[in-house]
Amino acid sequence: MKTALLIAIAAILGTMLLALMRALRGPSVYDRIVAVNVFSTKTVLLIALITYLTGHADLIDVALVYALVNFVAIVTVLKLVRERNLAPAKDPGDHRPDV
Amino acid sequence: MRHIISLCFLLAGLWLALSGHTKPLLLGLGVVSVALVTWLSHRMDVLGAEHDPALFSWRLPVYWGWLAWQMVLANLEVAACVIRPSRLSPQIVEVAAPQRTEIIRVTYANSITLTPGTVALILDGDRLTVHALTQNSADGLREGTMEHWTRWLETGQGRTAEP
Amino acid sequence: MFEITLNALSAILLVTGGVFALIGGLGLIRFPDFYTRLHAGGVTDTLSPLLIVAGLILQSGGTILSLKLLLILLFLLFTTPTASHALARAAMAAGLRFWGGERASTDSEDRR
Repeated sequence: MKTALLIAIAAILGTMLLALMRALRGPSVYDRIVAVNVFSTKTVLLIALITYLTGHADLIDVALVYALVNFVAIVTVLKLVRERNLAPAKDPGDHRPDV
Repeated sequence: MRHIISLCFLLAGLWLALSGHTKPLLLGLGVVSVALVTWLSHRMDVLGAEHDPALFSWRLPVYWGWLAWQMVLANLEVAACVIRPSRLSPQIVEVAAPQRTEIIRVTYANSITLTPGTVALILDGDRLTVHALTQNSADGLREGTMEHWTRWLETGQGRTAEP
Repeated sequence: MFEITLNALSAILLVTGGVFALIGGLGLIRFPDFYTRLHAGGVTDTLSPLLIVAGLILQSGGTILSLKLLLILLFLLFTTPTASHALARAAMAAGLRFWGGERASTDSEDRR
């Protein structure tokens, strides 16, 4: 059983390496964000696998939180890339309510 | 009010399931955090926006099961492309999204994106622009099987024969 | 006997999950443009978590650990399409080219 877990972990690590290669190569910033997105979902799976390998059941909470934070991070980075500012001043064409 | 109560129960259930402790301190923290989240959702005015009764019917798990199977098939298609990139023929497809409610329309667009090989680019009114990876996935989308399923999820009618 | 079958099935699911992750990663390197790479990323974000979580749940059975894994899977499957869509939308707005020469349509729709 340990063997299957180790094989899966090795495959996940390999995928992370490939994603890193894409993140380094680019060429556009969006390619890099896709690569980082893949990298972070693989981190979640890696933590889940390590939980079973080591038997520390508490580690799964880390994976859970990572899965939640990852999504927020990707959307935030996208907004940062697009707006160049995380809290832009309202422009006249913006109808969103100012909460 | 109904939405507030159902959200509270949902969050309390989630807290209990995730913590697994019943010490008074932790339960108290749970109550505080449930109250905080409910208050925040009320303040953000998102309460009830996603409370469509159709989404909680028995049809949802059936739809998810079907979607999971579609995901497996679509993944095999993309995997074949990775191994033989000559199969690639990326294209833009426009399909109709005639679902009545917005939430089901978004479910449709998200289901399209969830099956690799097709990514929803623009959802504008009832037109949906999709980027398809291969001829095969574009054709599968035009056939409209998924659209039938989402309409079945919405109304309980309109599903054609099994895919 | 039942135990052995369960373990074998779990091992198969874990290894295929890993293989699909690798295939997706390979696609990320091999595919020609951003939009096609998005699809390759989709493979690693949908099928591979599905298979790996299924494999792990077979090992832990009906415990709280399985519940948490299911929540992770549910959350990944809910957020992945949203993130992909946001990415595709942002790339289109930036005017990134489609492989095959087609140009992204205008971004008038993008900004509300």
